[in-house]
Amino acid sequence: MSNVTSPLAYDSKVEGNVIFTRLDAAINWMRGNSLWPMPMGLACCAIELMAASSARFDISRFGAEVMRFSPRQSDVMIVAGTVTYKMAYAVKRIWDQMPEPKWCIAMGACASSGGMYRSYAVLQGIDHLLPVDVYISGCPPRPEALLDGLMKLQHKIMGEHAIADQRKKYVEAA
Amino acid sequence: MEAAVTKLEAQFKDAILEKNEFRGETSLTVKTDRAHEIAKYCRDALGFDYFIDLTTIDHFETEPRWEVVYELYSMAAGLHLRLKYRLLEGEPEAPTVSDLWPTANWHEREAYDMMGIRFKNHPDLRRILMWEGYPHFPLRKDFPLEGLPSDVPDVAFTDVAPLQGGPFVTAPTDGTTQVREPRARYLPPLPPKDKFVAEP
Repeated sequence: MSNVTSPLAYDSKVEGNVIFTRLDAAINWMRGNSLWPMPMGLACCAIELMAASSARFDISRFGAEVMRFSPRQSDVMIVAGTVTYKMAYAVKRIWDQMPEPKWCIAMGACASSGGMYRSYAVLQGIDHLLPVDVYISGCPPRPEALLDGLMKLQHKIMGEHAIADQRKKYVEAA
Repeated sequence: MEAAVTKLEAQFKDAILEKNEFRGETSLTVKTDRAHEIAKYCRDALGFDYFIDLTTIDHFETEPRWEVVYELYSMAAGLHLRLKYRLLEGEPEAPTVSDLWPTANWHEREAYDMMGIRFKNHPDLRRILMWEGYPHFPLRKDFPLEGLPSDVPDVAFTDVAPLQGGPFVTAPTDGTTQVREPRARYLPPLPPKDKFVAEP
């Protein structure tokens, strides 16, 4: 009786630990569930952002608890607050330093549209400078609203074509 | 308070143009070129050691157009004195008091930034809120609320905010605040009085 196991034979150690999926789906799933936010806290929305990351609301339930204060280590910028013209290029510069793939959440009325500040000093929405993926209404939005926005972003990420987009980028660059 | 004002009036009889008392607050309008001298006297002889604030007023379309206001306080005696002087439109140049009260340094920078009033002999007259190169003075009456476009490459830019019909914009009418108030303009029309409507 041979004790050499054939590679094709049933292996109880592997069975149940293998799944078949598309690479895109696997990559999107990994990206979506470990979003590292860049907390761009500029006004009172940042207080709600802090609350969202604290014990009661616990943003780590959605895999986004690793707030990084370095743009080079983060992949979603949460613009939380009023973007003044004086701050606008600074936000843009931090955004430019974030590695691809990256996403942007405009949190609250000010970041989305300038909010109540129809004024000479305030940028009328961060989408004048950056591509925004999710807008969250509210002044400021409650932490639940931020979590909802985050889940919407995760859904959006799940629909992306990770590999195709990446290849396209390399082809365009060449 | 009377004692301090009497002393001041005796010392600077020809420099004090106007005296106004209202609800226990004393305001003195003084000659612009004597303002620094008077401020120094207030600090040294009268004990006004605390420079609370510096504000400016734009009397648009009247001359002299600019008015600078000092709010002085004496910590020891608990007295509050207001000094004012006017500046002509063409040359908004005021004497600095940053040599007397160091805190006036930033107050004067703010007045320069927002109103465009230049302070002679100021040690560091740069903008304090807006950036260097911003071409306008936003608190002047002839500056539109929605702003003016500007661009300083790599520093900052500004654009005109969409203001017309905006949700927070009051309309220029002769009516009371209730009529001007933005929400009042967007109320649905009332139903005719003779007709019964269950839910208007």
